Amino acid sequence: MTAVQTSPGELAPKSAGLKQVFQDTMVIAWRNIRGGLRVPDTQIYMFIQPIMFVVLFAYVFGGAIPVQGVNYREYLMAGIFVQTMAFAVAPASVGLSDDMHKGLIDRFRSLPMARSGVIAGRVISDLASQFVVLIIMMICGVIVGWRVHNGIGPFLGGVGLMLLFAFAMLWVGALIGLAVGNPQVAASAGLIWLFPVIFLSNAFVPPETMPTVVQTMAEWNPISAIVAAGRELFGNESIIVSDAWPMQHPVPAALLWCVLITVVFAPLAVRKYKAAASK
Amino acid sequence: MNAIIAEGLTKTFGSGEKAVKAVSGVDLSVDEGTVVGILGPNGAGKTTTVRMLTTLLPLDSGRATVAGHDVVREPQAVRASIGLSGQFAAVDENLTGRENLWMFGRLYQLSSKEAKKRADELLEQFSLTDAADRPSKTYSGGMRRRLDLAGSLVIHPRVLFLDEPTTGLDPASRLDLWDVIRERVSGGATILLTTQYLEEADVLADRIVVIDQGRIIAEGTADELKAKVGGERIEVVVHDPDMLHRATEILQRGSGGQCQVDEHTRRLTVPSTAGSKGLVQVIRDLDEQQVDIDDIALRRPTLDDVFLELTGHKAEEKETKDDQQSADSVATQGGAK
Ligand SMILES: Nc1ncnc2c1ncn2[C@@H]1O[C@H](COP(=O)(O)OP(=O)(O)OP(=O)(O)O)[C@@H](O)[C@H]1O
Ligand SMILES: [Mg+2]
Repeated sequence: MTAVQTSPGELAPKSAGLKQVFQDTMVIAWRNIRGGLRVPDTQIYMFIQPIMFVVLFAYVFGGAIPVQGVNYREYLMAGIFVQTMAFAVAPASVGLSDDMHKGLIDRFRSLPMARSGVIAGRVISDLASQFVVLIIMMICGVIVGWRVHNGIGPFLGGVGLMLLFAFAMLWVGALIGLAVGNPQVAASAGLIWLFPVIFLSNAFVPPETMPTVVQTMAEWNPISAIVAAGRELFGNESIIVSDAWPMQHPVPAALLWCVLITVVFAPLAVRKYKAAASK
Repeated sequence: MNAIIAEGLTKTFGSGEKAVKAVSGVDLSVDEGTVVGILGPNGAGKTTTVRMLTTLLPLDSGRATVAGHDVVREPQAVRASIGLSGQFAAVDENLTGRENLWMFGRLYQLSSKEAKKRADELLEQFSLTDAADRPSKTYSGGMRRRLDLAGSLVIHPRVLFLDEPTTGLDPASRLDLWDVIRERVSGGATILLTTQYLEEADVLADRIVVIDQGRIIAEGTADELKAKVGGERIEVVVHDPDMLHRATEILQRGSGGQCQVDEHTRRLTVPSTAGSKGLVQVIRDLDEQQVDIDDIALRRPTLDDVFLELTGHKAEEKETKDDQQSADSVATQGGAK
């Protein structure tokens, strides 16, 4: 009895701390979303770009790239989803570098708020907008002929995986944004390396058509694992001829990659935040 | 009680040849409920000092306490007791003025309701009510500055740091801010403000600290500093060069001080202790003796005068001294290794 009575008292300051972290994170997330929606860039990013990608890829490449025995439009859609989730790097890096550039990070640091609030708030708000983007893309996908064949459970698993991947990439974006500290540079530094990474995967074409060395790279590319897992969960046809472990077990591989990326980049981003902010 | 104590603060940016000694040994002690003005030219180290005292920048060496809390060991307690308005307005430009203040209130851990109430009060106090619901990106520079200042007053901070608070404000807003500052002080707050204007420090500050190149070069009340600089001067531009001699005699007689004569511009400068009365007397005497003048003024000491007097160099001559200083710091670093 005594132990039960004393422990809440001892825990109180700690849980108050957690409550503060949560509250500060939500305040920052609120201001990112609230302010972001007023910026035309964000609106284009959130509403125009996903529609454009789906329609463009479906109609321009959809008919041009024949993949044997596969409905290419269905094959393509998971690739486009994953590409767009990977682009989460951009809003995170631009957002944080902009805050740094404009002195807001300094201001936040002079307030008695949780130190993790600024980055966590960024990640939460960008994750929310990636969720909206994903929904818009899926609706567009359905309109152009994409279908889910595996039922609701795996479908929700697929959506969860896409968001988990976006979450992981947001930490990469946070690190880039804080390292660069200039929104213009961050905008390109955030994305430029992503294109080769995405194209060197199974997102748009089967790796079997690539030269052997490139093919191996593509098979072990995290993007490929996520895309393959997406196809599997959504029940979209894909012919996996590769023996590489991630291609044989795409869902566990995809989860592992997401966890690995987060575990590596989240602490790096937080460390960079502390260092960058005290320059 | 001292609201701010700093001992031997130093900060060097960069290392090796590029090292800049931004602050090299600043000591401060500010009584609770008083205003201290930090005066200094560009690059003197004002902002760096403020950033160290507000927990934004780690100290290279030294020790500082703000509102009774050590800035290194208890930064969060310091943050809960201070308000900071940095040199450049830092507000979220996509949020409205009201939203910005609400956000700062929340991050000061006020409840949503309290934060809303404070936002309304501050918008009123800083004459931003009309613009309150526009994104702050549409504000003029001065309005943004006012919003930023309002943000530093969301709680009633025990210690307020204002880095060049009136730069960019129009005269009316400047006077308003001076009122706000006085009001806070009468409410018991301690204020550290930096400024480039001696006049501002003169009006607001109980004590003034003059720094240059990271060092305190003078300290005291406005009057004490002015006395060091030599107080007010009367400046006369004579119309006719032939009258220079006669005018000099009149000025010397009036003040008892040494009259400086610049024959080229026909400008005479003489120290004056009698204020505007002295000026009136000089005008009368000159008129009586039929000396035509183009211009006459009672000139108060400026920051430039303080510098000329205290350091023997003008603010603009900084460049050369800077080079020399960085050479020094390299030498010291090399020696230490
Ligand atoms: N982050 C930084 N990195 C490198 N040097 C810096 C940094 N911040 C300040 N400095 C240097 O430190 C010196 C002092 O700068 P500080 O900003 O404190 O001056 P200040 O007195 O506030 O000047 P101003 O009146 O122009 O605002 C300057 O020489 C400046 O170049
Ligand atoms: Mg400054």
